[in-house]
Amino acid sequence: MLTRDVVTAWTPILLSRVGEPNSEKIGAYLRTGGYEGLRKALTMTPDEIIAEVKASGLRGRGGAGFPTGTKWGFIPKDAPVKYLAVNTDEGEPGTFKDRLIVERDPHSILEGVIIAAYAIGAHRAFVYIRGEFFLGVKRWIKAISDAYGHGFLGKNILGSGFDLDVSVHRGAGAYICGEETAMIESLEGGRGEPRQKPPYPAQKGLWQQPTLVQNVETLANIPHIIRCGADWYSTIGTPQSKGPKIFCVSGHVNRPGNYELPLGVTLREIIEEHAGGVRMGRKVKAVIPGGASTPILTADQLDVPMAFETLQAAGSALGTGAVIVMDETTDMVEVVRRTAGFFVHESCGGCTPCRIGGKRLLETLNAVADGRGTNKDLLKLEELTAGITGITFCPMGTGMCEPVSSGLARFRSEFEARVA
Amino acid sequence: MNGEAVQTKPVGNAIGAAIVDPAKQSILLAALYIAQEQQGYLTREAVERVAKRLGLRPGEVYSTASFYTLFRTEPVGRYVIQVCDGLSCYLCDGAGRIAGYVGKKLNLAPGETSEDGRFTLEMVQCLASCGTAPAMRVNDQLYENLTPAGIDAILERLMGEV
Repeated sequence: MLTRDVVTAWTPILLSRVGEPNSEKIGAYLRTGGYEGLRKALTMTPDEIIAEVKASGLRGRGGAGFPTGTKWGFIPKDAPVKYLAVNTDEGEPGTFKDRLIVERDPHSILEGVIIAAYAIGAHRAFVYIRGEFFLGVKRWIKAISDAYGHGFLGKNILGSGFDLDVSVHRGAGAYICGEETAMIESLEGGRGEPRQKPPYPAQKGLWQQPTLVQNVETLANIPHIIRCGADWYSTIGTPQSKGPKIFCVSGHVNRPGNYELPLGVTLREIIEEHAGGVRMGRKVKAVIPGGASTPILTADQLDVPMAFETLQAAGSALGTGAVIVMDETTDMVEVVRRTAGFFVHESCGGCTPCRIGGKRLLETLNAVADGRGTNKDLLKLEELTAGITGITFCPMGTGMCEPVSSGLARFRSEFEARVA
Repeated sequence: MNGEAVQTKPVGNAIGAAIVDPAKQSILLAALYIAQEQQGYLTREAVERVAKRLGLRPGEVYSTASFYTLFRTEPVGRYVIQVCDGLSCYLCDGAGRIAGYVGKKLNLAPGETSEDGRFTLEMVQCLASCGTAPAMRVNDQLYENLTPAGIDAILERLMGEV
C-alpha cells in the first residue's frame, strides 16, 4: 500500500484545461498558451520538427504505441499529394479519453494536426470521428471554423505560406474503423474493412496517396513537445515510454474518471490513490490495463509500472490506457464472455479466422458461462484462440482472443468450476 | 496531378481511373446521414437517390450503408433508447439492471419498437462513457451515471413530449 507522500506529483499537461469553463473555445485556448507551439513550428523546417518529435520519444496513444516521429519520417518527402487523417474513432471498451479532449479542448488536437501536417507536407486533413460522438462532432466543427477565422487554417497560415484545409467526417458505428486502413476505407465512402498491409498508409493510404493516421491524444502532445522541447518532454516517463498518459479508470473503483499521469506510474497507484481504491472496501480481483483487447492482469500484478515495455513483460499491453478494475465479487467467466462477445459482434467478417473463429469462440464461451460446458470446451477455447491469434488480416482477431487466453490462463479455476 | 486532384480507383460509374476531388469522394457517409434523417431510416428510394446524386450504383451505396450499425434500413421509434452493453457499464450494474428497468417501464425487449412508434429499445456497444457508467443514449442525447430515478425522469419527459 502506498502512502500519500510517495504518490506521483503531477500537474496535468494534456488535461490542464478540461476542467475550466468554456475550455473548448478558442479564446480560452489562446489565453492559456494555445497556438504558441504552432507559431514556433512555423519558424522551424519540417525536418527539424520531425527530429524534435523523434527525440521526444512520443509513441502513439491509440493502442499500438508506434514511435510517432518515426511514423512521420515514413511519409515520402517527394510525393505531390499527402494526407493527414485524425483518428477520433474511440471505441475500445473502457476508453473515454479522446472524447474528453475533443469535447473540452479540441484546439489542443487541432494545433497538433496543423503542426503534423506542416511537418509531413500535407495540405488536406480529414478528421474521422465516431458517429455516436454528437457533441464531439459539434466541437470539432466549431474549433475548425474558429481556427479558420484566426488564420490558423486555410491559405498562408500565419503568413508562413503553408496551406491546410481540414474537414470532419462522421463514422457510423463500427469499432473496426478505428483500425487505420479500415478508417481509410470508411473515409473513402466504403465498408470499413481493413486493407492488406503492406503497403502501409504512409506509402498508400487515402486515395492511394501517402497518409499519416494519428490518434487524438497523440496529436494533443505535439504542441507541448514543440513549445517546450524534446529535452523537457523526454524527462517524463520511463526509458521506452515517454511523456504523460491519460488513464481512463472505470469499473469497481470509488472515483472512476480520466487521470493524466506520467508513464511508469504503477497500476496500484492509479487504482488506490487516484481512483480512490475499490468500492465498498473490497479487494481487486482482476484488471484490464489497456482496453478490452489487452490481456487481463491479476491482483498480484498491481505493482507493474504502466509503460509499454513493463506491461508487455507482465504479459499484457498498455493499449489505450483504459484501466478496467474488477473486484473480488466479479464473475470472470462472464467478463470474458462479454469482452469476447464485443469483438465477435464488431468483426467486419472480412477474414475467416475472425468471422468463423469468433462465432465458435462465443458459442463455446456461452456454453461454459451458462453451465452447459464440459472440460472439452475449455480445450476447445484454447485451440480456437491459438488458431485465431496472430493470423487474422488485422489485429482485431488477436484482440478478440487476448481476454479469452489470459482469462483462461489466469482465472482457470473459475472456468473449471463452471464445466462438468 | 493538379492541386487536390488525385488519382483514385474507379468508383461507381466512373470509367477507368478518374481524377476527382477527394472531398466529394468522402461524402457518402454524410449523404446517408442526411437521407436517413428524412424518414428516420434509409428507404429504398433514399438509397437510390443518394446513388444517383453521387454517381454510384444503388448496390454500392447499400453495401456501404449495410456495414454500419448507425444506418438503419428498417423504421425505428421516434425515440431510440440505446443502453450501453459495455464491460464497464456491466460492472457498474448497468447493462443488465438498467436495460431491464427501461424495458419494464416501456414494456419492450431489446430490439423492439413500441406499437405506437414512439420508442425503440436497443443494447449497444461501449459508448465511451465508462467513467460515468452506467450510460445510455436517447437519439443524440447522452445520459450518464444512470439510476432508476434518473431513468424515470428521462422517460417521463419524453412521454410528455410525444
